[in-house]
Amino acid sequence: MKRIALVIAMLLAGAAAAQPVPEALKSYGPADAGRRLLVRGTTDIARFETVLQLFASRPGGLGIDYEQWGSNDLFEVTLTDCKRGGQAADMVISSAVDLQVKLANDGCARAHRSTGTASLPQVANWRDEVFGITRELAVIVYNRRLIDDAEVPRSRFDLIDLLRPEDSRLRGRVATYDIEASGLGYLFAFADAQQATTFGSLIEAFGRSGAVATCCSSEIIDGVADGTYLIAYNVLGSYALARAEENPDIAAVAPDDYTLVLSRAALIPRQAAEPELAGAFLDFMLSETGRSALESAHLIVRTDDRAPAALRLPETPETSFRPIALTPSLLVGLDQHKRRDFVALWRSTFPNETGGTEARPK
Amino acid sequence: MKTRARAGARLTGSLSFRLGVALALVLAIGGVAVSLAAYAYGRSAAQQSYDRLLVGAANQIAGSLGLRDGEVIVDIPVSAFELLSLAPRDRVVYAVFDDRGRLVTGYDTVALPEGDGRFFSGSFAGEPARYVHVRRQIAERSFLGAVDVVVGQTTEARRELTQQITRNALLAVAVVGLVISGLAVLAVNSALRPLHRIERDFALRSSRDLTPVDVEVPQEIASLVAALNRFIGRIDRQLRVMRTLIADASHQLRTPIAALRAQAELAREATDAEDQLRIVEKIHERSRNLSRLTDQLLNHAMIIHRADSVDLAPVDLRVVASDAVDQFDQTLSGSERVVRIDLPEAPMVCDGDALSLVEACKNLINNAVAYGKPPITVFVRDDGAALNIGVRDRGDGMAEGLWADAGKRFAKRSGVSSTSAGLGLSIVSAVAQAHGGRMTIRRPADDRFEVFLELPKVREAEP
Repeated sequence: MKRIALVIAMLLAGAAAAQPVPEALKSYGPADAGRRLLVRGTTDIARFETVLQLFASRPGGLGIDYEQWGSNDLFEVTLTDCKRGGQAADMVISSAVDLQVKLANDGCARAHRSTGTASLPQVANWRDEVFGITRELAVIVYNRRLIDDAEVPRSRFDLIDLLRPEDSRLRGRVATYDIEASGLGYLFAFADAQQATTFGSLIEAFGRSGAVATCCSSEIIDGVADGTYLIAYNVLGSYALARAEENPDIAAVAPDDYTLVLSRAALIPRQAAEPELAGAFLDFMLSETGRSALESAHLIVRTDDRAPAALRLPETPETSFRPIALTPSLLVGLDQHKRRDFVALWRSTFPNETGGTEARPK
Repeated sequence: MKTRARAGARLTGSLSFRLGVALALVLAIGGVAVSLAAYAYGRSAAQQSYDRLLVGAANQIAGSLGLRDGEVIVDIPVSAFELLSLAPRDRVVYAVFDDRGRLVTGYDTVALPEGDGRFFSGSFAGEPARYVHVRRQIAERSFLGAVDVVVGQTTEARRELTQQITRNALLAVAVVGLVISGLAVLAVNSALRPLHRIERDFALRSSRDLTPVDVEVPQEIASLVAALNRFIGRIDRQLRVMRTLIADASHQLRTPIAALRAQAELAREATDAEDQLRIVEKIHERSRNLSRLTDQLLNHAMIIHRADSVDLAPVDLRVVASDAVDQFDQTLSGSERVVRIDLPEAPMVCDGDALSLVEACKNLINNAVAYGKPPITVFVRDDGAALNIGVRDRGDGMAEGLWADAGKRFAKRSGVSSTSAGLGLSIVSAVAQAHGGRMTIRRPADDRFEVFLELPKVREAEP
């Protein structure tokens, strides 16, 4: 009987393997640690490593398994865990904060209260279940070598103006996230649509100039670095600034008209095996040490005097920053009809599934 | 001093304590009532305000409905959810159903309610939730029917608002209670202050001070002070009677007793039997006078005492007159003079003390028998203004110059004899005053002399 059960379990595991899988995973701390914390996140391992190492190195012999996921897959797997009621991750950290809010709204998150969570601003704490742990800007990334200072767009209006001429050299060389492939891209695009009517003109300009929609921050920044793209729109600043440390050609602009500010959202799933440990990890990330570690990984961007050199700040930061608040309003973008219509609008601009310049031949 | 004062009185609880208990009771009952009312009010207020948000959001969603190729399209406005986000910690659930009850968009966990009631309760994600159901009729060529929008929200904000309203109401009640208690303490202290003043007044008095209390007091205590003053006055009068009695006795009795002793010594030394008999005769007469004197002194004291201590009751003066004549006849047996009685037909009722009146009457008869001329008549009459009871005789009576002083004790009068201490008319006068009347002496004709009491009529008894 036991053997049969084992076979069934293996079959189930095989079936589960057909389900979404993590892009990468890495463990920290002693391999034989008594307590292990399973963290799933959309953050690149390289970006998040410092924080994980710091927490794992705390006395107590703690092991951390970190799985890096795509934001939509991470949502799917977390929701499935929640509905099935079985084993789940101990903490889920995603830049697709709308999906995180939906998880909490559907009762998949566990509340955690501490002095750290109490000190969070209201926009970064919903129901003591979803917490904004980072501060990242949606920026315009460009290559300093290829775009001179005078030409750099300071706002969306500048970008639209740059794209307008028929013979603009930006034709086909502007990139942004594919909103169907990237949860973060959808979130930014939807927030843009809420913020200003500029979005309509912008998407129309993208369409006319054959802009490229593609997946993933690193690919877009790679493209900017090697000159494939001259400008990337709505890229998560943390990745761009990290790359700028290695490659001085990369620079970022926080648009003057408005700059979206994203707080990557962490939540503790309801079925977490180690909720206390997850809470401790959360408190650590909100602590002084955790915040400085996140800051060194550019996950918390300073916008004061000590802002990174590669980042050009808006002229009036206090009115330009638009934090994406963790509220149920984010659920609107996830509505089936709303999403269908929004994607249809987007698709009319970027018709090709993979994106690419060949889709719009001259 | 206070404890001594308390030890003497029967304590029936402190006023402050009683007031405190009453106040606490009122505040407790009021507090509970207000709390219940506040909770009920808070609940309905919270329910109403958040229901409005809910129905507002549902209406916005219903307003965003559209049609494309005969299918219902929902374009949920963000403002609808921003409205719901005014309850900052509450989960949101929604669903849109088409005319056949199929889910168009939203949560498949929401069931379309059967009835048409707008609000209903349920649960969402393991929490109690409140739902609203809004129906929109669409009449287009491609679609004819009703679309149902259901929006729900968990009830955390409602509970919090209810608690907040209740808490604030309770706080207000507590503050009001404290203020009332404080005012009550002040009020009790200020109300009791006059009593402390009276206490101080008594504490500072010398033991012989029997003057009335003269302290500023409020109306409510004035009657108490008046009663106290009447009481003090009575003690004062009785003490004076006692002092008078002692003074009179010592003054009046010393001489006759000394004389008696002297006579008795004479009798002891007398050798002649006839002399001895004569002296014994004298001793007998003197002791009789002494006995009458003692009688009068005691009567006088008794009358004055009674005036203070006995309540007046309706008395028929005709009965008084006949009683006095009867008693006089008994006391002076063998008297050859006849006392007549002149009584009217109708009853002559006045408020009085029968015993005192009879005593006064007897004194008048005594005087008339002693100094007047027969026939002696005891009369009762109604002279219009007052009722009169008195004695009339045919003698000369006393000289008019003495009339004014006749009521005073030991008034010097002509013809004073050893058989009277001159207290008779003073007793009569005292009785008349105790009844609110006066003693009157009159000489209606040359050979007539009247002494009588004028007593006020009882108004109610008049026909």
